Amino acid sequence: MVGPTLLKESGPREVFCGLTSIVWLHRRMPDAFFLVVGSRTCAHLIQSAAGVMIFAEPRFGTAILNERDLAGLADAQEELDRVARELLQRRPEIKTLFLVGSCPSEVIKLDLARAAERLNEELLGQVRVVNYSGSGIETTFTQGEDGALAALVPMLPSSDERQLLLVGTLADAVEDRLIHLFHRLGIKTVRSFPPRQSTDLPALGPGTTVLLTQPYLTETARLLKNRGAKILKAPFPLGAEGSRAWMAAAAEDFQVPSETVADVLAPLMERAFKALEPHREVLAGKRIFLLPESQLELPLARFLQRECGMELVEVGTPYLNKEQMSEELALLPAGTAVMEGQHVEQQLDRVRSSQPDLVVCGMGLANPLEAEGITTKWSIELVFSPIHGIDQAGDLAELFSRPLRRRRLIQPALHPAGSEHPIHT
Amino acid sequence: MELTLWTYEGPPHVGAMRIAASMEGVHYVLHAPQGDTYADLLFTMIERRGKRPPVTYTTFQARDLGGDTAELVKRHVREAVERFQPEALLVGESCTAELIQDQPGALAQGMDLPIPVVSLELPAYSKKENWGASETFYQVLRGLLRNQAPEQASHDPTAWQTQGRRPRVNLLGPSLLGFRCRDDVLEVQKLLTMHGIDVGVVAPLGAGVGDIRRLPQADLNVCLYPEVAESGCSWLERTFGMPFTRTVPIGVGATHDFLVELHGLLGMTPPAPEEGYRRSRLPWYSESVDSTYLTGKRVFIFGDGTHAIAAARICNEELGFTVVGLGTYSREMARPVRAAARELGIEALISDDYLAVEAAMADASPELVLGTQMERHSAKRLGVPCAVISTPMHVQDVPARTSPQMGWEGANVIFDSWVHPLMMGLEEHLIGMFRHDFEFVDGHQSHLGQAGGTGMGSDQARAPETTPSESDLIWTADGEAELNKIPFFVRGKVRRNAEAYARQVGCREISSETLYDAKAHYKA
Repeated sequence: MVGPTLLKESGPREVFCGLTSIVWLHRRMPDAFFLVVGSRTCAHLIQSAAGVMIFAEPRFGTAILNERDLAGLADAQEELDRVARELLQRRPEIKTLFLVGSCPSEVIKLDLARAAERLNEELLGQVRVVNYSGSGIETTFTQGEDGALAALVPMLPSSDERQLLLVGTLADAVEDRLIHLFHRLGIKTVRSFPPRQSTDLPALGPGTTVLLTQPYLTETARLLKNRGAKILKAPFPLGAEGSRAWMAAAAEDFQVPSETVADVLAPLMERAFKALEPHREVLAGKRIFLLPESQLELPLARFLQRECGMELVEVGTPYLNKEQMSEELALLPAGTAVMEGQHVEQQLDRVRSSQPDLVVCGMGLANPLEAEGITTKWSIELVFSPIHGIDQAGDLAELFSRPLRRRRLIQPALHPAGSEHPIHT
Repeated sequence: MELTLWTYEGPPHVGAMRIAASMEGVHYVLHAPQGDTYADLLFTMIERRGKRPPVTYTTFQARDLGGDTAELVKRHVREAVERFQPEALLVGESCTAELIQDQPGALAQGMDLPIPVVSLELPAYSKKENWGASETFYQVLRGLLRNQAPEQASHDPTAWQTQGRRPRVNLLGPSLLGFRCRDDVLEVQKLLTMHGIDVGVVAPLGAGVGDIRRLPQADLNVCLYPEVAESGCSWLERTFGMPFTRTVPIGVGATHDFLVELHGLLGMTPPAPEEGYRRSRLPWYSESVDSTYLTGKRVFIFGDGTHAIAAARICNEELGFTVVGLGTYSREMARPVRAAARELGIEALISDDYLAVEAAMADASPELVLGTQMERHSAKRLGVPCAVISTPMHVQDVPARTSPQMGWEGANVIFDSWVHPLMMGLEEHLIGMFRHDFEFVDGHQSHLGQAGGTGMGSDQARAPETTPSESDLIWTADGEAELNKIPFFVRGKVRRNAEAYARQVGCREISSETLYDAKAHYKA
């Protein structure tokens, strides 16, 4: 088969762990609280990833294990009960409490499922307690959302109703827009998972067709399938082409006539093409290197190559689920280097030797690469920005064209180009 | 188990990273799982560093745990030494690795590496970032200087006098992610140069392995940041007999005291007391009539120990403020902070629970808050102006311009950055006064956003907590009107005083007369 070249490497990594997804999950469900059971490192990580301390009392926190818990002087289960009670007393508006496992809690084998079960009994349905792991020894960055959603699947009520279920957190405005478009296609019942209120869980059953909005929901998809839902195969809704194919997959499943699809989507595609034009001018022919982080790398690479005319030097991905990514892989040019896993030093060697025009990477690497004269786009912005759907294609392209335009705007003489030694150390 | 929402300090291995990243030619192998690399962004984003911290993470995964994680450590140590060619290697672990007990430091020490290996044991479940930085710096000094230690510590800090050279001191403590360390070093160097004192080594910031080895060649050590350098300075004193200065030169008075202490130790004649008056603008700016309105401003101070103590002294002795709250999140610095508070007749707040700090802040009804980024957010919620004086900090606390806290110029920077938000406070007051004038453009935006300018002040921000207890009292329309004439930033306090007074005299209605009675009562 002619397709991308699939490669693997392992070594030191520069990626977030699954706890980081709490940063957007807690905003999606304002009636939920995410309680990490972990260490000071976990607390510091989420705080640093969240940026600034905007909220007096955020809807996430850490039950920090101390020496007494580890030495067995305190019963960790009892301690967790105490912390959870204290928390729920302070925050009576919380309807769902996620107990989130971390590296230390996994290593000491603290049974959060048992804790959740016990707390559920005690709280008598006033607050639903669920658990999942966001630990770095098991999960990467966006995989945390997969864990959180998978933990909720058993709670979904059953229903045979014919419906389209959008799975994965989207920005509210984007979600509204997509649902509106599905309505125009004639798909009447469209629900979302996760819902905007944690108690408002969608029902599920054989009448349910699932469209994954995000590429990192492997486990959730498997569990939904086990509950009788049909999981559609489609490229992910990034870029105009991918979003169109994604919507068309649903339309086909709901037997929407192809003329209707064309009528509804063609004007959108035309508009997206126009919106992409100025960005394509900047991006076309430019070489891009994507480091592994958000798991969005494959769909983004496909969009940037096919719709923006970029050349793919290397597409990193923290892990590769070939089945779920099959549609994306099929759209990549033959021979594209797709690198699963990471050896960050060797990868940076390849970045330096290939001298790409743009590197997509995490915040720990962006400034150091910029100081070496390599233009970057930090990937965490991609999980916070409304980028899904045909209408967002232009905005998505702009996230990549902006750093290149900026680089052109700033007088190059300010930076000693090609210098081996960065000036801002 | 302890519930934590926002934390002042990171884990101790982040402190170790601060030391490693501050130095040259040092690499840190950290036995840690995926995700712990988040700490890199503290350096590359907050400090805008153009260089990755020199850290190799072993990145172990769940599937490695059943296997040979020790071999994984050794492989990363080997690779790191080969790739980065450091002159010294630090080896340690983060919280998770501590649980699996691979003892990476001992492993690396057993590898027969051609460079010194410093093993770091930083208990992640009981200690925090500053302790980790301090312990790491101490271990680096010990690891690199142990061989040079004399049998009998003999060191004469006045030896320079007979050696035909200028006195020479080391500056210890400045590190990355410390508060304004980069600029403080420049300022202290300038200060010492003016007094004919040379700087030998600055460490850890910018120091290489060779620099650490020449520390004992200086006449004494200047401990700039006790949080990071005090244990190292003490070890150098015990082992080599090198004395160190205890005064941190933040503020005009403290800078003078520092110079006196330093000159005394070096056997030099102390500088004239008026030097500060001539070199810094703070004393005159503080005396000038424009500053009269600063008199007795209520200030709430919270931060690391060093900066909080320094701020209290400056507020009290140099700016004529009233310190109404003083505290630190650092348990290690609790004792000196308590002593400083006692001298001011208040009780120190030692807590790392930012909500307790916010409550104490609200309770003290300050007109200015000097704190960390945490207090900046709390103060914003309470509608009180704030200046950041300590870590934890944000990217905006690492300004492009040179803005030290130490020395004469540091005092100038402090005057500007603490008084500036209060100027704004005065401006708010004037806006409030003139907002009924016809020239006033409606919708004038206050820099305090929703909280200021429009007459919504700190009292309203605090309304929910005070309302239930005062339900027995009624404010008459003219009482409310009178209250609204009072500047918003003291309105909360006036409201509470009036209510306390009303209860005391057993009156249920608060009119404008009651307000004046209360005022007279409390001023008397």
